[in-house]
Amino acid sequence: MLSSFAVQFLNGLAGASALFLVAAGLSLIFGVSRIVNFAHGSLYMIGLYVACTAAQAFGKGPAGFWGAVLVAAFVGAALGAAIEIAVLRRIYRAPELFQLLATFAVVLLLRDAALYLWGPEDILGPKAPGLEGAIEILGRAFPAYDLLLIAIGPAVLAALWLLLARTRFGLLVRAATQDREMVAALGVDQKWLFTGVFALGSALAALGGALQMPREPANLGLDLVAIGEAFVVVVVGGMGSIPGAYLAALLIAEIKALCYGIGTVNVLGTSVAFSKLTLVAEFLVMAAVLVWRPWGLLGRAQAAVRAPGPPEPPLRPIGRGASVALAALVVALAFLPLAARGYPYLTVLAIDILIAVLFAASLHFIMGPGGMPSFGHAAYFGLGAYGAALLVKGLGAPMEAALLLAPLAALAGALVFGWFAVRLSGVYLAMLTLAFAQIVWSAVFQWDEVTGGSNGLVGIWPSARFADRSAYYLLTLAIVVAGLALLRRVALSPFGYAMRAGRDSPLRAEASGIPVARVHWVGFALAGLACGYAGALFAFAKGTISPETISVGRSIDALVMVLLGGVQSLAGPIVGAATYTSLADTIMRATDYWRALLGLAILALVQLFPQGLAGGAARLAARLRERAR
Amino acid sequence: MRPLLEVANLAKAFGGLVAVDDVSFSLARGELLALIGPNGAGKSTCFNLISGQLAPDAGSVRLEGRAITGLSPRRIGRLGVGRTFQVAATFASMTVAENVQTAILARERRVFDVFSRAARAHRTEALALLAEVGLAERADAPASTLAYGDAKALELAIALAQRPRLLLMDEPTAGMAPGERGALMALARRLVRERGLGVLFTEHSMDVVFAHADRILVMARGRLIAQGPPAQIRADARVHEVYFGSGRLLASPAG
Amino acid sequence: MRGDSGDAPPLLSVRGLDAWYGRAQILFDVALEVRAGEAVALMGRNGAGKSTTLKAIMGLVPARRGAIAFDGRRIERFEPYEIARAGVGYVPEDRRIFADLTVRENLEVGRRPPRPGAPVWTLERILALFPALRELLDRPGGRTSGGEQQMLTVARTLMGNPRLLLLDEPSEGVAPIVVERMAAAIEALKAEGLALLVSEQNLPFVAEVCDRVYVLERGEVRYSGAMRDFVADEAARRAYLTV
Repeated sequence: MLSSFAVQFLNGLAGASALFLVAAGLSLIFGVSRIVNFAHGSLYMIGLYVACTAAQAFGKGPAGFWGAVLVAAFVGAALGAAIEIAVLRRIYRAPELFQLLATFAVVLLLRDAALYLWGPEDILGPKAPGLEGAIEILGRAFPAYDLLLIAIGPAVLAALWLLLARTRFGLLVRAATQDREMVAALGVDQKWLFTGVFALGSALAALGGALQMPREPANLGLDLVAIGEAFVVVVVGGMGSIPGAYLAALLIAEIKALCYGIGTVNVLGTSVAFSKLTLVAEFLVMAAVLVWRPWGLLGRAQAAVRAPGPPEPPLRPIGRGASVALAALVVALAFLPLAARGYPYLTVLAIDILIAVLFAASLHFIMGPGGMPSFGHAAYFGLGAYGAALLVKGLGAPMEAALLLAPLAALAGALVFGWFAVRLSGVYLAMLTLAFAQIVWSAVFQWDEVTGGSNGLVGIWPSARFADRSAYYLLTLAIVVAGLALLRRVALSPFGYAMRAGRDSPLRAEASGIPVARVHWVGFALAGLACGYAGALFAFAKGTISPETISVGRSIDALVMVLLGGVQSLAGPIVGAATYTSLADTIMRATDYWRALLGLAILALVQLFPQGLAGGAARLAARLRERAR
Repeated sequence: MRPLLEVANLAKAFGGLVAVDDVSFSLARGELLALIGPNGAGKSTCFNLISGQLAPDAGSVRLEGRAITGLSPRRIGRLGVGRTFQVAATFASMTVAENVQTAILARERRVFDVFSRAARAHRTEALALLAEVGLAERADAPASTLAYGDAKALELAIALAQRPRLLLMDEPTAGMAPGERGALMALARRLVRERGLGVLFTEHSMDVVFAHADRILVMARGRLIAQGPPAQIRADARVHEVYFGSGRLLASPAG
Repeated sequence: MRGDSGDAPPLLSVRGLDAWYGRAQILFDVALEVRAGEAVALMGRNGAGKSTTLKAIMGLVPARRGAIAFDGRRIERFEPYEIARAGVGYVPEDRRIFADLTVRENLEVGRRPPRPGAPVWTLERILALFPALRELLDRPGGRTSGGEQQMLTVARTLMGNPRLLLLDEPSEGVAPIVVERMAAAIEALKAEGLALLVSEQNLPFVAEVCDRVYVLERGEVRYSGAMRDFVADEAARRAYLTV
């Protein structure tokens, strides 16, 4: 038993090294550029692919293997520098969330680049020559290569520490982490400082990937897996703190190892498979740390970002003309199934768009007026969807009852998660919400008996009355329009104003008697409820749901829709969701490389409309009006 | 009659550093009391202890006899302590009037009303308050477009919306031109008279302090080293030593 | 370096400077000059555009237009770091100390190679000018007092060996006794031959240290002349500095 734990402990140390390499790079880049680089995980993935290819080319022997690792690190550095120069340099002045969007576009591009270069099949790398075997530790076999990994983590930590503490480059990096504009005013060419940091951070990610060669095959899903884990490590350790990243990597890897070590245990008569709970454990650690230390283990409160976006204009009730136009639009939409008789697919797409609109609007409600960027909004979508499916399949409830009640599951989830989330802000809040979504995802994924595990649930069809596509479309239209109207009403109510007050100036709001945390908590719950309706509608629209409903990808979809439409206007999420959904649908059917195209489209939009589509349209309208005068 | 604010033996340390050390003073209705001292003397800490941003290690704060020590800023605000911040804090995404309306709605405990139209609520009262601080014409302008001096005045109107008895103003004239400073303090003086308020303010601009304070508290290294009317403080040798210097470079309103 | 004004071209010359924040224009056709070794005050009410003028010279305002020449070179298209390397030192109003770096490291970030025609600063010379910093060298910048930070921010910029120092409101928010020390430091810098452009609202302070004055009002230069004349001209002072 003891020896088993000892070996698991060593396993944990090896895992910590791998985690640390990726997380350290991410943390370094965030520290200087204040950009949360989604593409960091992609560099990890590409590092692994490049190493595998290079090792094959270089042939067997230690030189081939380690040469391949080095090549991967250099390719990572070059790629990171290229991304910084080509994409990020143009948007350092853009709002924080827009930068996120741009890095996500890079994720899409790199994913398809990898698909093009290496194909969809997994690629297995070679073992490290001379380290293929195992060493006996306390009577158990332990892979020799993992011992090397254990040493690499602290070695890289020490090297980074020396670089940051003892060199001028390190001094400038630390200074730029605090105030990059001031560093420039003191005569430092920050462009190259940034490029250097991106290259260094990306090299670390690629190195982390390459070192995994003997341990896991290269595959196309690694980018989001790696970025998810690295986020957790960086947030737990404290954004921008390298020692914090190591500490957090250690903590998380050891807790995972502990779960494996415990295995399946009998607790109060039911057997609990701890080895299946690693994901949950990891994210519970993160939640606990963030509630206890909101800035991470070794992190500190982030100074407000200089050069924020332009101030948000006050909300104005829509004019008479606009409301007539809106009503006309809704009526026209109601007749869409008639027009789409020859094109049944159009109705299907319209349902998708409507659901996406409600999904995005519910996220916008907390992100815009509430100022709480949730990176895990899919959790509430999934809770609504699974709630509906289970009510119908498990309890035999009719669709109507399920549609009505299932969103309460989302509300409950949002109440629990929101209680923690509203205590944080900015990037930390985003990461915590992401963590909660991952907990829901893994619970659904692993609870085979109830949720069907990875296969999901099938045969969730609407009741006879709404079995017809057109009828279901009308039902969806009615619910979505009602949801949007209610969200808008709340945004214009005293509660909505209190929410914005708490976002604009928490100090002022508290001093004026507004309980900011409680207001934001209720707002979070309302958004979860609205999102639950979108999820429930989704379940009956598709008939089949799987854990994909709750995936990181879906959370990001919502984020992209909101940002595309513009955070600062209530119409933003509607425009954004409609644009994104139809764009994705069109491209997806046209090519296998739809991600790359979507990525390019997002990059173009980010450059053209830094205020989002709706914001861009409003600006254009304002300029035209001015010219007309 | 009890004083409006009584601070007794207030103390606060951060780690090993004693920021506020045994500070006691009181403030009467209708009084403008200035708190001055070198940077790092403990003025801000003292302020935050009174307004509830920080909890003291020892000592008590009483508002009209009622202990408010260690309550949350929101509770203290509700009990009648309004405050303005060093950097004017307003709700940038709202119009000027909506800023005040939001504060009134909070006072009326309508924060969780999710259905009525906030922009129509308490507008008359909000406009009256804006008129008092001289912002009536800017009522429907976005708050983010206000000049800095006007933003300070708006902040005052937001604070007044709570119907406070005591106003805490943290460097009310920081970042304002000398003339604007006088105008803002004259406004504060008028409110004190008309509403029977008490005002405690920190300030670095000595012309403001000497022209507008009824009494002055001087802090240095966490302790209160002098208190009294302006003339007495001006003559105090210790205050000169730690704070004023020779006094020849004190800015004055007309230059 | 001092006293070579006369016919020599000015060290800094600004012509027709416009600047915007978003869509709001802040500066209108601002023109000013600073000659080598001269201390010039930039006065005006809050929001008059003093800080923006300094930032625009330094390249820190994204949208600007106009001609800025420094030491015979046109710098209006330069990046901030290039302007700093050309010999312009900028000291921001809000000090912007690197809070997590020690005082010594803060100074180190500012270090640039010596340049001809400008006083050369070493750590020792800096500490001679601001003796209070000596004991603080290993303390994090964020744990120094406001007055100490004000000295540190000036010292940090001096480490770049500038020929011209842009000082933004050095007396704002510090105790009168620190203002006096700052005035003494500026006198010492002038004696070294450094040119200064000081944005200020504190007239007694600039009257003591500056030779000439420009007064801004709503983004335009409304008055310029010798400091002595401005101090004597009560009407001008009333018109431009009080509300």
